[in-house]
Amino acid sequence: MKKDIILSGVGGQGILSIATVIGEAATRSNINLKQAEVHGMSQRGGDVQSNLRLSDDDIHSDLIPYGEADMIISMEPMEALRYLPYLSKDGCIITSSKPFVNIPVYPSEESLQAEFRKLPNVQMADIEQMAKDLGAPKSANMILLGMAASKIELLSLDKLRSSLSRVFARKGEKIVEDNLKCFEAGLNLKSK
Amino acid sequence: MKRLLLGDEALALGALNAGLGGVYAYPGTPSTEITEYIQGNSLSKERGIHTAWCTNEKTAMEAALGMSYAGRRALVCMKHVGMNVAADAFVNSAITGVNGGLVVVAADDPSMHSSQNEQDSRFYGKFAMLPVMEPSSQQETYDMISEAFELSEELHLPVLFRMVTRLAHSRASVEISNPLSMKQYDAASEKGWVLLPAIARRQYNALIEKQSALQKASLETYHNRIETIEKDPRQPEIAVVASGIAYNYVLEAVAKYKGNLRILKISQYPLPEEKIKRLTKGVQRIIVAEDGQPFIEEQLCKSYKNVEGRLTGLLPRTGELTPDTVASALGIETKSYFQPSGILEARPPQLCPGCGHRDVYAALNKVMEDYPKGRIFGDIGCYTLGALPPFKALASCVDMGASIGMAKGASDAGLFPAVAVIGDSTFTHSGMTCLLDAVNAKSPITVVLSDNLTTAMTGGQDSAGTSRFEAICIALGVEPEHVKVVVPTPGNIPSITETLREEIQYKGVSVIIPRRECMQTLKRHQKQTQSQKPTDNQISSDNQTSK
Ligand SMILES: Cc1ncc(C[n+]2csc(CCOP(=O)(O)OP(=O)(O)O)c2C)c(N)n1
Repeated sequence: MKKDIILSGVGGQGILSIATVIGEAATRSNINLKQAEVHGMSQRGGDVQSNLRLSDDDIHSDLIPYGEADMIISMEPMEALRYLPYLSKDGCIITSSKPFVNIPVYPSEESLQAEFRKLPNVQMADIEQMAKDLGAPKSANMILLGMAASKIELLSLDKLRSSLSRVFARKGEKIVEDNLKCFEAGLNLKSK
Repeated sequence: MKRLLLGDEALALGALNAGLGGVYAYPGTPSTEITEYIQGNSLSKERGIHTAWCTNEKTAMEAALGMSYAGRRALVCMKHVGMNVAADAFVNSAITGVNGGLVVVAADDPSMHSSQNEQDSRFYGKFAMLPVMEPSSQQETYDMISEAFELSEELHLPVLFRMVTRLAHSRASVEISNPLSMKQYDAASEKGWVLLPAIARRQYNALIEKQSALQKASLETYHNRIETIEKDPRQPEIAVVASGIAYNYVLEAVAKYKGNLRILKISQYPLPEEKIKRLTKGVQRIIVAEDGQPFIEEQLCKSYKNVEGRLTGLLPRTGELTPDTVASALGIETKSYFQPSGILEARPPQLCPGCGHRDVYAALNKVMEDYPKGRIFGDIGCYTLGALPPFKALASCVDMGASIGMAKGASDAGLFPAVAVIGDSTFTHSGMTCLLDAVNAKSPITVVLSDNLTTAMTGGQDSAGTSRFEAICIALGVEPEHVKVVVPTPGNIPSITETLREEIQYKGVSVIIPRRECMQTLKRHQKQTQSQKPTDNQISSDNQTSK
């Protein structure tokens, strides 16, 4: 089995932490992984993405071919749409619904929603607001991971939980708890 | 033991475990993480390995050559354009040869994700007549870097090690070996290091004689190998030369391919001639897939017909390869996919909120309103983003240090006012020599040395001249009363504007130094004082804006 995932967002939003947790879980589950990241100029408030490939078989290319991503996980709605050609026809989009507007022209809310309505599998949530309500405003990205978690299939939920704890351990217990709380909230959202 | 590593980190750890004595580098995407990994590793602290950043790529190359001379294994790291800066030392190091193993890493950036060109460093290797290695995966990177040191010592030549962005910045699991002890040989004592013409001629001939040994190494290495894929015996075989990571894209395509392929994987140069002969024997088509410029393709064209690749349009002439472009070159149809959304807006990078460069441009633009014929020559760093809206302030950005040189040349031609904007790290990298030219010519230029106390664009590395810029400028001959420090904040914009106006009127070189710490390093320093720093090579976090 393979899972090809595109993570997207705006530089600084925390997509690489999602990748780090998945990467840690994959390594400990003996699942092969390749993960191409963007470092550099675009991290300064520009669009960023990461190609994350998981498989129990060999993975050759670091990049996902067109039409083969099983999932786009995005911290920002317009950024989710940027990678549409990579999405498999039966793939899903899991995205924050809240636009991050740091550019002079940004598509209208209606046009955004119209684009998403054209797609078969879209799951959206105002993860920023949810994270705030949970008292963990900096952990919104883990809500997204929670929303995606059961679709990753190659990695068990418990592995993801323990990897999350390991990745954030050096930042202290409170941060680990915040992130776990958000992860669970995302997971529950999904099953609703 | 297995570890999840970026290509850059695999290289770093491989070099460390090969008994490295020192890394010499100037930051530059996508090479920066190599040196940062070595800096953060406990083994390099234990062993006292040299890891401090150098002033530029040339000083790095020269110091590494010195370490090699003295008998230790040395690593030089830079981005591809750094090779232009290090070229004099690099090309001549092929003539002197080396003592301790010397590996020069050039990290190329096809598609120019964070660069001003996509030059292919393999040409430098061929030009200098040196072996070039080009791994295809993170594991191969780890394995080949120690082989590079061995080859360097065996041939007594530097080895060029080529990385590309997609490998440098992609993670995979890597099997790690135990560290070797640090190598220490006697210092060199041969005459070959003194490149007077008589000696240089002899050395150059020796280098030419060594070429057969390079050829032999390329033939024998496991990393250059032929693999055949037969799916339909009735169909003809196609030969594919796949270098570096292009090999992965070919393998990715093979799963969907219905015909027969004879693949030559290339990860070491010079091209292994015998293997190419074997590969091409009896085939109708030879496809070359290489990430970068058509380096192999141009060479094969000379001896073989029916070579196809970037030059023939089978693959795009520019930009990095992708699994899709390679699959399509093999005639494989892409899966059906969603059309790009029509409502997307570009989201270019921008200066951080609160960044001091912003205030500098606000003031500069105000002043330049009065001088429609004046120009601001830019340079390379975060402040290059001043070329984009809302500032649109810059007339040029070419190579590191060029702002001052271009302002001088433009002023020689009568352009007024000629203003240069340069960052602190770029100034010490290669702006100081230009400033000396301008001082000697008494050029009426205004240099804005925007000092954020760090090398910000590449993620906040130490900057070579921090806290000494006034002294450096005065020592280079700028009149002390025309070296002025200002603090770039929104509130100070009026007074900075005043200072700029005065200095533009001065008929000689003036240097204005807006000085305020980078917002990114400021945040990091604040965090550090709050909590403890992460330990040994912690996995990256998003704030680690490196390039
Ligand atoms: C020859 C060369 N080496 C390295 C780089 C990579 N690089 C681009 S900008 C930069 C640092 C600029 O630092 P500074 O001048 O202090 O400006 P800041 O980004 O801090 O504003 C570096 C190292 C390059 N483009 N060219």
